[in-house]
Amino acid sequence: MTVAANLAGRLADAIGAKRVVSAAEELATYEIDGMVPSTIVRPCSAEEAAEAIRLAASEKLAVLPVGSRSKCELGMSLARYDIAMDMTGLRSVAHFDAGDLTLSVDAGMPLRELEAYLNQKGQFLPLAVPCFESTTVGGAVASGIDSALRLQYGSARDFLIGAEFIDGTGQICKSGGRVVKNVTGYDLHKLLIGSLGTLGAITRLNFRTFPLPAASGGHVAGFARSETALAYRRAVGKSGLPLSNLEVLSSGVVEMIRAILRRSGENVPTEWGHTNWSVYSCFEGDEEVVRRIGAELEKIGRDTGAAFHRILGMTEDESLGGMLRESFEWLRWASPANVICRVILPGLKAEVLTELLRLAELAALRAVLLVRAAGIVYFALLAEAGDESAMESLRKVVVGVRALAEAENGIATLLHAPLGVKQGTEQIRTTGAESALQRRVKQAFDPSNIFAPGRVVGGI
Amino acid sequence: MPLCSVGYYSEVVNPPRASLSPALVREIKSLLGPANVLDKQEDLLLYEFDGSVEKGRPDLVLFPHTTAEVSRIVKLAADHEVPVVGRGAGTGLSGGALARRGGVMIVFARMNKILEIDIENQRAVVQPGVVNLDITRAVEHAGLHFAPDPSSAKSCTVGGNVAENAGGPHTLAYGVTTNHIAALELVLPDGEIARAGNKHGDVSGYDLCGLFVGSEGTLALVTEITVKLARRAEAVKTLLAIFETIEDASEAVVEITASGITPAACEMLDGWTLRVVEDYVHAGYPRDSGAVLLLEVEGLKEAVQGQAAAIKTVCAKCRAREVRVAKDDRERELLWKGRKNAFGALGRVAPSNYVLDGVIPRSKLPQALGRIKAIGEKHGFNIGNIFHAGDGNLHPIVLYDPRDTAQFEKAIAAAREIIRACVEMGGALTGEHGVGMEKSELMEWLFSDADFALMRRVHDAFNPDCSLNPGKIFPLSKGCGEIRIKRKEVAGAQV
Repeated sequence: MTVAANLAGRLADAIGAKRVVSAAEELATYEIDGMVPSTIVRPCSAEEAAEAIRLAASEKLAVLPVGSRSKCELGMSLARYDIAMDMTGLRSVAHFDAGDLTLSVDAGMPLRELEAYLNQKGQFLPLAVPCFESTTVGGAVASGIDSALRLQYGSARDFLIGAEFIDGTGQICKSGGRVVKNVTGYDLHKLLIGSLGTLGAITRLNFRTFPLPAASGGHVAGFARSETALAYRRAVGKSGLPLSNLEVLSSGVVEMIRAILRRSGENVPTEWGHTNWSVYSCFEGDEEVVRRIGAELEKIGRDTGAAFHRILGMTEDESLGGMLRESFEWLRWASPANVICRVILPGLKAEVLTELLRLAELAALRAVLLVRAAGIVYFALLAEAGDESAMESLRKVVVGVRALAEAENGIATLLHAPLGVKQGTEQIRTTGAESALQRRVKQAFDPSNIFAPGRVVGGI
Repeated sequence: MPLCSVGYYSEVVNPPRASLSPALVREIKSLLGPANVLDKQEDLLLYEFDGSVEKGRPDLVLFPHTTAEVSRIVKLAADHEVPVVGRGAGTGLSGGALARRGGVMIVFARMNKILEIDIENQRAVVQPGVVNLDITRAVEHAGLHFAPDPSSAKSCTVGGNVAENAGGPHTLAYGVTTNHIAALELVLPDGEIARAGNKHGDVSGYDLCGLFVGSEGTLALVTEITVKLARRAEAVKTLLAIFETIEDASEAVVEITASGITPAACEMLDGWTLRVVEDYVHAGYPRDSGAVLLLEVEGLKEAVQGQAAAIKTVCAKCRAREVRVAKDDRERELLWKGRKNAFGALGRVAPSNYVLDGVIPRSKLPQALGRIKAIGEKHGFNIGNIFHAGDGNLHPIVLYDPRDTAQFEKAIAAAREIIRACVEMGGALTGEHGVGMEKSELMEWLFSDADFALMRRVHDAFNPDCSLNPGKIFPLSKGCGEIRIKRKEVAGAQV
């Protein structure tokens, strides 16, 4: 018997043969960065997951907890990958207290399903993340990927109020609770956000939920230069208008959105794409508030010399909002080989945007960029071929982007890249000292280093 | 005062005192200068209290001015195997900043500079001893403010807010301290200086700021804080909803939450408390009512109008006698003055009071208040309630005379039953005051052995010798009860 078959057998003994898969064709669908696990475990309860993890810990086998596997490429390449722990069998709503606006839900629940469930009660969870149609709530949290609504509602850390998870010793642990204000014990659940499965297998998450707004609206303004687009963005920020999203888009992004929408027969704002830079805003509230914000944005557009500006119709806004929520998803498949960097900077300057685009131009790569909310830059490099020379150009620009971010006291992260680029460039810049602190956290949660080893910055 | 503080649960808070090594005291005095060191018993006495019912006296109180000094002190203390506890203004309500095991207390009061204000990016970099309200004062000219607003905002420090993850009335809409912190500079228990987070606030890797904020000084000392500044709303309306009974007021809170209205603040004062407050502050609370809700809505003026109207409708449905709207800033400030000075007002009716901080799911408010009343009656106390109703954060106040040991013990027993009731209703021990030494033994009501084991590993990952703030958060049997640092006794040592 092979080692893999042995492992499958031992796991089957521990949690039942129905929960364990080792057929090669299924294993292949859990491939990440060229690595395939030797076994898949599909627990249907936290206890089953804990049992399997205890076995993995005793044998020091690497476990990657996964949901729908829509964003498994995030993070650095795994150092080892023995067991894929598919959490999609845990998919119930454990508690939903509509009157309290709190929710406790299993990690494997698909976001789309959860949205339908909450919407029935007039509420929602502001996790507007890419791959929304397939992603699970646990995956959305563990990936740490940005929500398109974070300007208004914050990131998961602002509305995740508790969690249950299995640590690296195979124990079911919890932190936080189901109340909206709580300082009882360490906020360990916050560490799970963006942990990429390296700290534990999330089994349940508790959230604060929000009432659905009565109305919403959208607005676009177009500019010839990045400086004026950013001046408009600053003026909008200063106005104090409560927006749920504000995105600055380079002309390339707009062209791509237009092309995709046209293909699917959806509405495209006609003026769009004729300017180099566009700024999209969306907002919500009661009808009067939505009207007022639209009118004020029109005024700011006029005052800052926008080449065009207008309030979007409801269907236009829905199409655009949906496209921007999914920008990570369509950008990563937009060319034969491409890279998406996420760059955060202490302050956003037009020169930095120009410099990013110039780096791509020097390497003869097509590039687009998008600035979300409080200055998160998504910078995508689109190579027209997947050959070694394209890889070389992509690597060169990634190195340049990282150096630029460092010079500005920012951070550049690779969200998507061909394997040759991902492994050929250091993933993320973090100071040595901070990385050392992170290592301590990892060691506390996962003393045997079984969870997704190597996936977090610094090979944690 | 009881001669020997009851210690909340099982132990004597002030254990027999060991002496500090004179060499350590000498070194520290030469490092900081004598003006920044207190070592006389009469001075140390002032630092054995905070706002809670607990006590714990330090052996040495120090006032550093720089991160380098803090690092040096911590290193010296580690070399001499002496515990270290950080302290801001000492307004805490759970014994978090008390020296439960004696040792060195680092008071951050003189590290009180605002180092940088970045209006455009809405950030400020401050030292930990900066007073909470002073940040807002420094940036309000630009329409910004620091959102966490504990009642002690005029005196509490940002460092203390970070340690305890402090809240306040307006955290209902704005979130608590952790939601407003972008980066921290830390001194670890071995004296190493480290950083977590960055000016933007987003990190790669783990959210270390999320872990350190609210860790009650048990993982590291915070020496610099980058805070996020929020924009002031264009319009504010303050409403006072007056009810005949506390049950009606509670029902209104449940209805307001359930109907999806999120006020910026939703505070309740029960009839007994509001009368005590009114006699002192003259805020305009009606003395003959059963309870009032102090509500605030913020946002665009259109939104504020709509929300205020919706609140009025709900309150009317819940049999409110009247809903008043503050006509101007003066009226608004007066209404808030009553709320913010309530605890001071209570000092007029009893020598001391014990403020609890239990938190419950908001829909359970009517039951919770019923339970509190019954527990009070059982133990012979009239328990007042003045609290953050909108987020289910209760502040029952037990009035007692600390000279009467039997009464104090009864107050403790009543408090324990109230917190137990919160847990049974699906709530938690503390919403914003922290666990400290006050509630450490109650942690077992919420957490399992596995939970403690993980929390303990996280604690030990940063503070392996329990030298930082020992005896906090964890039950003594599961944490630093058996502190591994042994104090050295030096023959003939003088303090």
